[in-house]
Amino acid sequence: MQETILEVNGLNAFYGRAHILFDVGLKVRKGEVVALMGRNGAGKSTTMKAIMGMLSRTQGEISFMGNPIAKSAPHVISKMGMGFVPEDRRVFTDLTVLENLEVGSQSEREGAPHWTAEKLFELFPNLGEMPHRPGGNMSGGEQQMLTVSRTLMGNPYLVLLDEPSEGVAPVIVEQMANMIMALKKQGLTILLSEQNLQFADLVCDRAYVLENGHVRFEGTMEELAANDDVRRNYLSV
Amino acid sequence: MTLSGLLVQLLNGLVDASSLFLVASGLSLIFGVTRIMNFAHGSFYMLGVYVAYTFVSHMGESVGGFWVAIILSSLVVALLGALIEIVILRRVYRAPELFQLLATFSLVLILQDLALFIWGPEDLFGPRAPGLTGSIEILGRNFPQYNLVMIVIGPAVLGILWLLLNKTRWGVLIRAATQDREMVSTLGVNQAWLFTSVFALGCFLAGLGGALQEPRIPANLALDLESIGTAFVVVVVGGMGSIPGAFLAALLIAEVKALCIALGTLHIFGIDFPMSKMTLVAEFLIMAIILVIRPWGLLGKPQAAARNDHSAEPPLRPSLPIFKWCTAALVLALLLVPVFEETFPYAQIILVEIFIAVLFAASLHFVMGPGGMHSFGHAAYFGLGAYGAAILVVTWKLPMELALVAGPLLAVLGALVFGWFSVRLSGVYLAMLTFAFAQIVWSIVYQWDDVTGGSNGIFGVWPSDWLSSTTALYYLTLSIMLAGILILRRILFAPFGLAIRAARDSDLRADAIGVDVKRVQWVAFVVAGLFGGIAGAIYVFSKGGISPEAIGVGRSIDGLVMVLLGGVQTLFGPIVGASIFTWLHDSVARETDYWKAVLGMIILLIVLLFPAGIVGTLSHLWHWVKHHILLQTKKEEASK
Repeated sequence: MQETILEVNGLNAFYGRAHILFDVGLKVRKGEVVALMGRNGAGKSTTMKAIMGMLSRTQGEISFMGNPIAKSAPHVISKMGMGFVPEDRRVFTDLTVLENLEVGSQSEREGAPHWTAEKLFELFPNLGEMPHRPGGNMSGGEQQMLTVSRTLMGNPYLVLLDEPSEGVAPVIVEQMANMIMALKKQGLTILLSEQNLQFADLVCDRAYVLENGHVRFEGTMEELAANDDVRRNYLSV
Repeated sequence: MTLSGLLVQLLNGLVDASSLFLVASGLSLIFGVTRIMNFAHGSFYMLGVYVAYTFVSHMGESVGGFWVAIILSSLVVALLGALIEIVILRRVYRAPELFQLLATFSLVLILQDLALFIWGPEDLFGPRAPGLTGSIEILGRNFPQYNLVMIVIGPAVLGILWLLLNKTRWGVLIRAATQDREMVSTLGVNQAWLFTSVFALGCFLAGLGGALQEPRIPANLALDLESIGTAFVVVVVGGMGSIPGAFLAALLIAEVKALCIALGTLHIFGIDFPMSKMTLVAEFLIMAIILVIRPWGLLGKPQAAARNDHSAEPPLRPSLPIFKWCTAALVLALLLVPVFEETFPYAQIILVEIFIAVLFAASLHFVMGPGGMHSFGHAAYFGLGAYGAAILVVTWKLPMELALVAGPLLAVLGALVFGWFSVRLSGVYLAMLTFAFAQIVWSIVYQWDDVTGGSNGIFGVWPSDWLSSTTALYYLTLSIMLAGILILRRILFAPFGLAIRAARDSDLRADAIGVDVKRVQWVAFVVAGLFGGIAGAIYVFSKGGISPEAIGVGRSIDGLVMVLLGGVQTLFGPIVGASIFTWLHDSVARETDYWKAVLGMIILLIVLLFPAGIVGTLSHLWHWVKHHILLQTKKEEASK
């Protein structure tokens, strides 16, 4: 079995006085693609933001490659080799494609796939056709590719990928699935938040199911497929 | 006017545009990335002039020495800026906007006293630039060579900044951070150092702008507020965060001013319009117009709201009976003060000053606390009320009683006009616009000699005979202050007061339940203006006159400090804040030449340590103690 790259224990998170996450625990091993599933508002994005150090009030333990990061700032966590792709994309609209990539670029990291703009343009030929276009003048799908590419420019070991299939055309969803499988082949580890069970089935090894900030299920995709209760109670709309 | 005269004025406009641009570009850059509107930017400009004075005096005899001295001065200012950013500003990035503005304003006060301490109060005339002391002839008129250099420097700096922002990794990061700071940090960029570097660069530009003025103007202590007013206008007109916008705006404003001067006095319909005196008003008029038709400026973009963690304002609580009794006792004590006139001869005079401050602070609190509109120009209404009353008494020979009622109506008129514009904006933009309006009022008062007495002001405004004794004036002021506070308080608990607070907490939701938000805010603005005006009107009679200094930006800031010192979320706060502030001012200012630095430190202390103010902090403490004692007793009861 591969070594654990990310481990979260007893994670609680708050927005102001509202308690959002309750003792969330999860593990991601090197080379895995793990799904974080649940309905809207279940706490998927909050979990990712908490791991990335973006929330001002959290409690619990988070360790990344053996180092505690629960108290670290986002830029420190990023420098350790964790990438984050936000669900609302947050492309820099005033910056060109190449400039967006420049913001994300970090030096090469041993044991992680090394990315350059050229390699990313091979992965996403659409982007390669518009290196000087401002991020604001791109379609939703193109922005989605750009935001993933921007994070990959940091040569991360692990990427937190927040709902890449949300709000993009079906043809893009397919491209996203292909991309995730391609990234996995290169040795990248991914924690993927997803509502779409079919999508997760296609690319993930294991899944955690969240509901109201609690982890309700953890297991392989086969176990999830076999568990009607969990799917009915926590996933289906 | 001749063609050559016009041409030289237009060239002068280009010179001014360059120096304006240097200061404004730094301000815009800093705002774009840190979202802090740096009031102290003018102070860095002023320090640039002073430091350059010292350096050029020592080493500026050769051409090379002069330019090295200029660059060195700018670097010193940049270094100071970086230090201040690290020590102070890093602590306020997550604070509410109002506190950020105040923190930087406290720096204005501290830096001004620092300059006073180092260089003294006299104007300092520095040496001129070697090799550029002559002038060239343009259409028969002399034009200084140094000014030609100035004309070139503006566009040159614009070009360098453009290269820096577009062709370097640092510049790309800066532009990314201008749009989304949080995202930049999740991509592995340490925001803290990015902010420090931007702030240092901004201060370098301000310092350079100042240093380049060294051969042209004397170093003096008024440069900071003079330049910050105009720099704000340039940034707002150009679009916050846009460097080319700042350049365009600097050009527009400088040339409009130059035209005003070139036109001289115009005769329209038999009335003289002294256009050359319109220069101060012109820039603020341009800004008001731009803000209304294109609120994000010429080349700016509508800004996304800054991602601050604002805690919701707690609801206002009706007073407890014990508090009401304490207030009654306090009022009784105040009524008895004149009885002890012989023991405390000075008490009534300082108390009158305090009462006026309390009414002024309460009216400002009304619009910024419950109203949620942070006015940085409340002095305008104080000033309009004061000048209204003074003009009625001195020029129109009306009795005091009538002037006291009619004077504040001028403030109401001002609030009606300014408020109509102001409520259309929010946040920093609203603060800037109110600031601009106050500057307009101040400029008009300062320059309209025939009516306002110009820089001398109006004196000899004394109360009617039956009110002329200290004690009579004391009771009059006390009763007006009490009435004012009770009325303001009554309004806040009336349905209209609920609407004001609803509009503050969520304008969309308030709109959805049928509150006409803009109208309610407008009315609140006018009410605050009225009571600010009343405070101004009594002030005139208590002092026997009024001058422009008394209605300048200093008074607006004093008001803000009073409100914050007491606590912006409590009704009693401004009363306590105004009292303590006035008493402090009275006792400390007499002891030291550096009252401003003391005031600046007080502001910093509030902002960094007691953001809830005195009353707010005490109130939190009281509720905390009550809560814990209650818990304790409940536990004890349960254990029984």
